[in-house]
Amino acid sequence: MKLPTPPGPFQPGFWDSPLRGPWMTSILGLLLLLLMGITSATGLLSHAAYNPSLGMNAVVPENADLPLTFNWPTSPAWLYLVNQGLHVTTGFAVIPILFAKLWSVMPRLFQFPPVRTPAEGIERASIGLFVASSVFLLATGICNVFYYYPFDFNFVVAHYYGAVIFIASMLVHLVIKLPTVFRAMREHGLRPLGESLAETRSEPLDHAGLVARTPLDPTMSRRGLLAFAGGGSVLLTVGIAGQTVGGFTRPLAFLAPRSQDLGSGPNAFQVNKTFKASGIEINAVRSEYRLDLKLGDRVVESFSRAELLAMPQHTERLPIACVEGWSSTQDWTGVRLADLARLAGAENMDEVFVESLQPRGVLREATLSQKQFLAKRSLLALKVNGADLSLDHGFPARVIVPALPGVHNTKWVSIMTFRGSTA
Amino acid sequence: MKRIYGSTPLHLLAHLASLALAGWAILQITDARAPWQIFFWLIGSVLLHDALLWPFYTILDQITQGLTIAGDRGRVLAINHLRIPAGLSALMFIAAFPAILELKEGNFTRVSGLGYEGYLGRWLLVSGLLFAGSAVLYAVRVRRVAAVARPAQ
Repeated sequence: MKLPTPPGPFQPGFWDSPLRGPWMTSILGLLLLLLMGITSATGLLSHAAYNPSLGMNAVVPENADLPLTFNWPTSPAWLYLVNQGLHVTTGFAVIPILFAKLWSVMPRLFQFPPVRTPAEGIERASIGLFVASSVFLLATGICNVFYYYPFDFNFVVAHYYGAVIFIASMLVHLVIKLPTVFRAMREHGLRPLGESLAETRSEPLDHAGLVARTPLDPTMSRRGLLAFAGGGSVLLTVGIAGQTVGGFTRPLAFLAPRSQDLGSGPNAFQVNKTFKASGIEINAVRSEYRLDLKLGDRVVESFSRAELLAMPQHTERLPIACVEGWSSTQDWTGVRLADLARLAGAENMDEVFVESLQPRGVLREATLSQKQFLAKRSLLALKVNGADLSLDHGFPARVIVPALPGVHNTKWVSIMTFRGSTA
Repeated sequence: MKRIYGSTPLHLLAHLASLALAGWAILQITDARAPWQIFFWLIGSVLLHDALLWPFYTILDQITQGLTIAGDRGRVLAINHLRIPAGLSALMFIAAFPAILELKEGNFTRVSGLGYEGYLGRWLLVSGLLFAGSAVLYAVRVRRVAAVARPAQ
């Protein structure tokens, strides 16, 4: 029995845009692949940058993770800044390209009957996951960047598993559709980009049903559509990228959460967690403050801030780069972590567990690898740009390690426990 | 294979590999915090685009085309002069809606010591500039077409 085709978008005659067709979808697909390739790669790298195999660093449970992490390097110092700047800015820039790509394939959603063969069924299931995960990643990413959490799930966990679904479904889509893309590029190359509105014609009818059977006159050329979507990408890039690049571009980032010019003082740069939000008592950072160095369970050294200031001081120009994409490069002065490790007799230890005075919070602590605490440029900073750290920037002392994700540069440090591998 | 399955063995193998990996991720989600909300958001993401945003902009575009094509002066299409600034304005809104609407601003203030004032104004300002630029461009193009159409006096 043959079912009658429902009305509206299920009727092939409903679709009348002269721009839809395999070439249009292919070129948008290639752009999407490029941008989503960048966000996927930088996303997985960021996951590795947290060194989830150390201590309690893992946010995604270690026994439920993919074996893609490695000992994150400490050089170049701007590695994490560039990685996250690319991840977040590209994530915004891809929004209009995804819209355009989905627009170009909308007739496929209303194909009737929806499934003709088992192959189509399995492919549509996979496409469903692809569309769901791509919109999901962008939506949750936007929410996280703006600290807007209208959900109870853990952003990191959901964004990570969403990305696994996305990458799995993107790769299969790529394998299946690459021949179509090659064919479209072989037949037309980039020639359609040279066509003005008056020269714009429908593509020849295709098997997939993307090309309209009765197209209207075009109101936009193909290059016009690409310029529209690409212009949107450029606009969002301009609106966001300044929070990563900094300097004179920061105030230009009119859509970014961290574009504010905070003035010119030594401590006038962006904060990820204010002292007020940390819940630390003021006495804990003033008169009562001590830094304890522990070797396993044993406290081997304990210093006041004055004693730390009496040690050899080093100054390093290092960025603090947040997972949310913003960053800020400053001159930090303090004691080398390697010197503290030597004083504790812990140079051969595998890792150091750094704890903040913060009474609670998932990011009150972080574990650094041996490579990280022995790196020459890794500091327990006491000053920034020549002045004492402000309370918001981690007074009395904070960790600053090259290429480390911002939140792992623990502020208000009170205990550093050197230990053997916990793995 | 082709007759029963409808495609090549490679098609089947590639999809089984992909669905297995996606299935693994879905399985991990069931152990995460608030798994049903994650699934709800995944399904909601498809609905947000396919059932809300796409029909909305399609219908809006159809209406605008209907209104403008009849009134197009000469050969200058007015539709793109509306479509493009409107599309870019909507895009900026989508990209920064939590700041523009000052949603849960307290979270942001607590961690950063800053607020979300200024975002709504800047979004309106940039949108206004885009519409104004588009209007100027339209006026120039209409005049140019009219000048060409009118015989020199």
